[in-house]
Amino acid sequence: MRFKDVFSIIGPAMVGPSSSHTAGAARIGRAARQVLGERPSVAEVTFFGSFAATYQGHGTDRAIAGGLLDFPTDDHRLPDSIELAAEAGMDISFAQGTGLFPHPNTVRLRLTGQETGQVLTLTGISIGGGNIEIVDIDGFSVKLTGMYPTVLIQHMDYLGVLASVTDVMRKGEFNIGHMSLDRKNRSGAALTVLELDESATVELLEALESLPAVKSVKLVDLNEGRREKPGKEGAT
Amino acid sequence: MNFQTLSELAVLCEERGLGIGALMLEEQSAESGRSIKQEFATMSEYYGVMKEAVHRGMHEDTTSRSGLTGLDAQRVGAYNTAGEPCLGGPAGQAMAYALAVSEVNASMGRIIATPTAGSCGIIPGVFLSCQERFGWEDDFMVSGLFAAGAIGYVIANNSFVSGAEGGCQAEVGSAIGMAAGALTELRGGTPAQAVHAVGLALKNTLGLICDPVGGLVEIPCIVRNGFGAVTALAAADMALAGVRSVIPSDEVIKVMLEVGSAMPEKHRETAGGGLAQTPTGRRIMADLRRKK
Repeated sequence: MRFKDVFSIIGPAMVGPSSSHTAGAARIGRAARQVLGERPSVAEVTFFGSFAATYQGHGTDRAIAGGLLDFPTDDHRLPDSIELAAEAGMDISFAQGTGLFPHPNTVRLRLTGQETGQVLTLTGISIGGGNIEIVDIDGFSVKLTGMYPTVLIQHMDYLGVLASVTDVMRKGEFNIGHMSLDRKNRSGAALTVLELDESATVELLEALESLPAVKSVKLVDLNEGRREKPGKEGAT
Repeated sequence: MNFQTLSELAVLCEERGLGIGALMLEEQSAESGRSIKQEFATMSEYYGVMKEAVHRGMHEDTTSRSGLTGLDAQRVGAYNTAGEPCLGGPAGQAMAYALAVSEVNASMGRIIATPTAGSCGIIPGVFLSCQERFGWEDDFMVSGLFAAGAIGYVIANNSFVSGAEGGCQAEVGSAIGMAAGALTELRGGTPAQAVHAVGLALKNTLGLICDPVGGLVEIPCIVRNGFGAVTALAAADMALAGVRSVIPSDEVIKVMLEVGSAMPEKHRETAGGGLAQTPTGRRIMADLRRKK
């Protein structure tokens, strides 16, 4: 199912004017920031389809910049995010792309990490109502919705890697709702994406990182703490 | 969720002896793993944001960045109180509130996407005006939002809710269907009647293109939200009176998918056709480009 719960229909709380072109774009930017794991120093943003045609009017560029600054969709700073990104030392540029694209609302990002200099390429689509899918990360086909806390594991394609990963999940009592794996070639680089029912702990991420074939582990959590508010229990 | 169609939803409600809103709340809690109280509290917060947006749109300056829109809600509000609007007072108020929230959205204010930002005025317009008129409690309205969400969930998964995919019918049309079904339930209609309201409402927006002038969620989006709130009231009244959607609502949703899929790209939120490409629409777009 593309839309999984009631708050993907009623919601998100957001700054206007467009759920797909503003809120969805902000979430794609934020997901990319979290996949990169640090603030980008350079962000090259390419819009396709309806995004390319209307991004200025919808503030899609501001939304992407806000997401790259790790702002949630209802952050009042979103309208000023391009200026804020510049102040933060982010060199951000926008272009209209040509050629094939997977969805009318598609954006491709090429980010360079401020601290490590690592480069990330990512393609995201905004499917309506603020809901998104990240469909490509560094050439790996993925399906990341950001609806759930999501762990990304870069590893080598060896026999038994996935079994060791799921073993760590089982021991930590984390349930996997959706899982996908893509590899560049046999015995080559691979990327596994796990959507979890609850947010990952630091211990879980460290345990996954220490597995022999694992190169890196990243956590994407766009729920703005909605799933981590036990204090709200009993409120009306 | 244990239902994928509106007919499954209605059957499930009957089996469990629950209204659509109460059933959706249980289903949501099962899906998320959060308690019913927590999920209800989140939706209550959202209803609070809707109320703030109505208030802001009725009382503060909502002139958009482009300068093209703003303050129409206040014009309609003043007109409503000055005399007898053609629609009658209550429908006129629903229209004013829907315009208000849409104008707050266009001026980059805070709103709740229902199901999208382009259609964010319809549900608050219907809900807040009816709450004032019938003296309903907040919690009752929040259960209505779960009902609207259940209907939207079915529409979104069987068709679409974004203008770029399926045109305005997918955004404004879906919101009207959600508001109509939820209002039918709030007024004491059965789940089956609520489902009929959805089909009746959706039929009225089939084929509506997404053609925003300058690509902005302003013209014609804002007035379509005003019209949408009024249409939702009408669809709920028809369903409560016993009017049925002869073509079952689930089949109407499939038609929306068919029509939207056949819609040319220029009519799907690209500003490449429709009102956006009229002589005036093109002139406005050129003016906006010059301003930058």
